[in-house]
Amino acid sequence: MEHVAFLLNGTQVQVTDAPTRTLLDYLRETRGLCGTKEGCNEGDCGACTVMVTDEGGARALNACILFLPQLHGKSVRTVEGLTGPNGEPHPVQTTMITHHGSQCGFCTPGFVVSMAVAHLNGDKDHDTTLAGNLCRCTGYAPIIRAAEAAEAAPVPDWLQSSFISAQVLSGDRGQTAPGAFRPTTVDELAILYAAHPDATLIAGATDVGLWVTKQLRDLSPVVFLNGVNDLQTIARVQDRLRVGAGVTITDLMAAIKPLHPSFAELLRRYASVQVRNAATIGGNIANGSPIGDGPPALIALGATLHLRQGITRREMPLEAFFLDYRKQDRLPGEFVEAITIPTEAPTLRCYKISKRFDQDISAVCGCFNITTERGIVTAARIAFGGMAGIPKRATSVENALIGQPWTLPTITTATAAFATDFQPLTDMRASAAYRLTVAENLLSRYFHDLAGTPTNVLEVQP
Amino acid sequence: MTIGQSLPHDSAPLHVTGTARYVDDIPLPTGALHLAFGLSTEAHADITAIDLTSVRAAPGVVGVWSAADFPDMPDCSPAGSNDEPLLATGRVHYVGQQVFLVAATSHLAARKAARMARITYAPLPALLTVEQALAANSRFEAGPVIWAKGDAARAIATAPHMIEAEIEVGGQEHFYLEGQIAAAIPSEDGMHILSSTQHPTEIQHKVAHALHLPMAAVRVETRRMGGGFGGKESQGNALAMACALVARATGRPCKLRYDRDDDMVITGKRHDLKIRYKVGFDDTGRILGIDFTHLVRCGWSQDLSLAVADRAMLHTDNCYHLPDIRIESHRLKTNTCSATAYRGFGGPQGIVGIERVLDHIAHTLRRDLPEVQRANFYRGMAPTGPGTGRRFGSTYSPHPEQFTPQTTPYHMEVEDFIADQMVTDLMARADYTARRAAIADWNRTSLILKRGIALTPVKFGISFTLTFLNQAGALVHVYQDGSIHLNHGGTEMGQGLNQKVAQVAAAVFGVDTGVVKITATDTGKVPNTSATAASSGADMNGMAAQNACLTIRDRMAAFIAAKHDAPASAVRFDGGMVHVGTEAFPFAQVALWAYQSRISLSSTGFYATPKINWDRVNGSGRPFLYFAYGAAITEVVVDTLTGENRILRTDILHDTGTSLNPALDIGQIEGAYVQGAGWLTTEELVWDGKGRLTTHAPSTYKIPACSDRPRIFNVALWDKPNPEDTVGKSKAVGEPPFNLGISALMALSDAVAACGDGSIYPALNAPATAERVLDAIRRMGNIAHPTDV
Repeated sequence: MEHVAFLLNGTQVQVTDAPTRTLLDYLRETRGLCGTKEGCNEGDCGACTVMVTDEGGARALNACILFLPQLHGKSVRTVEGLTGPNGEPHPVQTTMITHHGSQCGFCTPGFVVSMAVAHLNGDKDHDTTLAGNLCRCTGYAPIIRAAEAAEAAPVPDWLQSSFISAQVLSGDRGQTAPGAFRPTTVDELAILYAAHPDATLIAGATDVGLWVTKQLRDLSPVVFLNGVNDLQTIARVQDRLRVGAGVTITDLMAAIKPLHPSFAELLRRYASVQVRNAATIGGNIANGSPIGDGPPALIALGATLHLRQGITRREMPLEAFFLDYRKQDRLPGEFVEAITIPTEAPTLRCYKISKRFDQDISAVCGCFNITTERGIVTAARIAFGGMAGIPKRATSVENALIGQPWTLPTITTATAAFATDFQPLTDMRASAAYRLTVAENLLSRYFHDLAGTPTNVLEVQP
Repeated sequence: MTIGQSLPHDSAPLHVTGTARYVDDIPLPTGALHLAFGLSTEAHADITAIDLTSVRAAPGVVGVWSAADFPDMPDCSPAGSNDEPLLATGRVHYVGQQVFLVAATSHLAARKAARMARITYAPLPALLTVEQALAANSRFEAGPVIWAKGDAARAIATAPHMIEAEIEVGGQEHFYLEGQIAAAIPSEDGMHILSSTQHPTEIQHKVAHALHLPMAAVRVETRRMGGGFGGKESQGNALAMACALVARATGRPCKLRYDRDDDMVITGKRHDLKIRYKVGFDDTGRILGIDFTHLVRCGWSQDLSLAVADRAMLHTDNCYHLPDIRIESHRLKTNTCSATAYRGFGGPQGIVGIERVLDHIAHTLRRDLPEVQRANFYRGMAPTGPGTGRRFGSTYSPHPEQFTPQTTPYHMEVEDFIADQMVTDLMARADYTARRAAIADWNRTSLILKRGIALTPVKFGISFTLTFLNQAGALVHVYQDGSIHLNHGGTEMGQGLNQKVAQVAAAVFGVDTGVVKITATDTGKVPNTSATAASSGADMNGMAAQNACLTIRDRMAAFIAAKHDAPASAVRFDGGMVHVGTEAFPFAQVALWAYQSRISLSSTGFYATPKINWDRVNGSGRPFLYFAYGAAITEVVVDTLTGENRILRTDILHDTGTSLNPALDIGQIEGAYVQGAGWLTTEELVWDGKGRLTTHAPSTYKIPACSDRPRIFNVALWDKPNPEDTVGKSKAVGEPPFNLGISALMALSDAVAACGDGSIYPALNAPATAERVLDAIRRMGNIAHPTDV
């Protein structure tokens, strides 16, 4: 049987650990590489950030919810591996010292790795690249100063060489243990999953990871999807974009940005860089969470979901997939293969309301796609997350708008229909009353937004 | 001179390379066990049966202990209140209380096993809120603590204006990035503990208690913490005690580390409270009489709550002279986690109260907040320093009779008040007046978004209010090669304490800071230490280390002076050299000669804070050696449709006396501000109706992220010497700037007020989440709702 193999700080390693052992535990307990820290063990603090490189380039990932088979054929660099062969510091390590970017130091390795990845990729949007790293000591100001100070420094040689070696491994299949599968084509996946409909499919593991680290579940059998390359493609088919289920949120965001900038901005606030680099759009949909940020936007866009079971394929409007809380129209052994997204929606606007702007889960996510002709509403697709047990269209509101003049009085009238469409819950993120009020007010925001009135606090300059 | 240099944190090169070791990174000897607690799922209940069969049978489990195994249950409480059994004895008092203990061969195995118990409970009524506890008279101490000065009731009754209202102030999770952890290694000398603690002596004391050993048989070592913020002052006791007990029972090294969710459920947080206020004031906003009631939610055990609630009372004045005041403080016992120390230790809650009152007064009188603040400031110390002709210690120093200080509500004279000068300076730096006008203009034309701005001055008392804690020790060795080994009783949690103390030591010997070797805090080196808390770390340990160094330096000076037939007073230590007469020798050379001449090059040092005396029962005396001051101006923007809000700009001027290390001090100020602003904005703790904390992970509890820091963030130091004789004339910096974050809450209040016509006060509760901001906006009532335009 083949093993999971990857490069660790430039050296090839083979592992035979249980398939749901996390990279973090492996690094700290087996390898004694204790620079990578456990802060939350759920992918929310970034203290365990590592650099993972493959043909697609270098990305930051959270090691605490990354299972070892997900690394097969890739190159992993921990904070220990950022320093040069003769102990030369990485530029971000130097500037973090000179700009006083560390205090207690516990979050620092994670920051340094995130900064090194951004530095490698030439990404200078530091607020976004560091949104997944929490620091409780510094207030972030000196860390940003350090990141800015390192921008001009060249990428160290020792980091540039690591991609090449990774390719050596990428052809292997890498099966880890009984009950763990790592198919390499969609067809293979379809056969496998039809034969093992009780298996847990693991794509990015940004949610399934917590089943293991927090719920302490033993998962078996498991099917790792990271080797299924043909599930990770994005293709333009006439006026639609076909996005494979295995496409990461990061890659989706890049593809969507020129088409639907508001959706792309919503995705920029989808968790953090580390999570977007792992999470897939297929996982985001199939998970069926009522508070996932992908589905409301996709429903507002009129996206079509493509399912597959064995050799049988079917498709449906995405909203039809969500039946009830955590219940989807998915048969045993059936999986999400792709989603197709209309490329034209100039009036699409996506609004995410959460306690914190970055790396938070929506209290309410409202997405609006309303078409008017000569001042009259001719079509309306409005979808919300966080307002019901499923991502859901505001059908009554849509009906109250269609055929009406696109004016504030129309909106005031239509607002009353929100209470028909939604009876949200109170939880730790928001009260039911707040959710409903905000949903109503977001329709007003949408009107003013389209009219060019400033509505976004993030766009206000000091 | 190494004092005053902006040196980086001494561990920074280790932090950035991942080589700085925390407790979990230290390899333990073979056979180490990993522990986990089984936790109560009920807020208040009697345990009627515990079935641990499945726990014992779980893979990897080596041992399981519950109350039945301890005839004499060890107590974890830090204050001698004897109300925190290590494991619940028959009754549980909150969700998360430790009920049993598992030892297993791995961390994961122990966690898995800990969830397999079958515990049967007979639920009892649970008190979750301060109102419920007040109604049930469930409290610590016999009744409320009441301090009074003057006659508040009469002053309020006769005042031209009166307001009566209340504010809710939420708690705060520390969210130190490194969770609670301890390890115990049994040895022939007793028990060796590694602990992530701010208080090694307390850990030593509690472990000795648990093992029935003398303290001398327990040694506690703390190299560094991954953040503390008060959360590691008492909350590490249970972990260290559990490790020590199992280590003794099994003879194997033990480690216990809380998973993040467990940590947030088990451990205490900042005290939330309700503050009721009744205030009488004149047309200028000057407060004539004020009556505060604090309803403090202390949780199930006393922990440090009495001292925390005291400090909240001690900060009800902030920067303001309140001649007639009454403060009533209820320390309420509830079936929630036991609230504990958190940066500011109640002080920020007290300051929020009075700042809220002033904001309310300003709004009522339609005056700008700084005017009202200024009308109430304590009488200021005359400006001193270059250009004023009033330098300290010179002919022109002010004479005592020229300055009559006013007194605080607890009758302490405020001799060092400088907030008035600092506020004038900061308002000019921040261009406050022009921006205030520009914001008003902007708000008139902005339909949906509104801005707000607010100033918050801060006066924070420095010293432990439990007077005997104001002592510190240090141990310094100079080796024959001239290298210096430094140890003191303070702990390093990120604040750069070790570097500051090293700079002090280096300054005494006139050497480079690099010559000073900083070592782990160790109860075997410096005994009977106080917690590194109350911002006292550098003040006290710096002084103790300085005293130790001076003792050695004096011996070296006397030795070298005698050798050169010069007076010892003529010997100078500077630039790595020892100067005597016209000659100069390398420090290392003199150390070697001194060694060869049988001169002791090792010394302890000790410091006890002078001048303080405090009668907490009557609320009278001088609890603080001095006050640290600061001021912040924050500008925010809010969305009137959703309540979403963010900080646009913050300007800070903060008093650290003559800074020991300006870079480290600015780091403390920036970090404290963001943490303080987080407390009052996004950091919301939510408990459900059964007393379960529903925000027990970073996915639901939102500390500030990178983009939440102010877009423009100007921090400057008020660089003037501390009038008191502190180390290097510096001032403490850990907690005081935390209070500057209050300006964010007040700026939000200002932005919400801009939505109304001035007739309704926003009365914004904290944390001012988007939801609370929107609620407040909707209370403005007459706001032109954007759909109506």
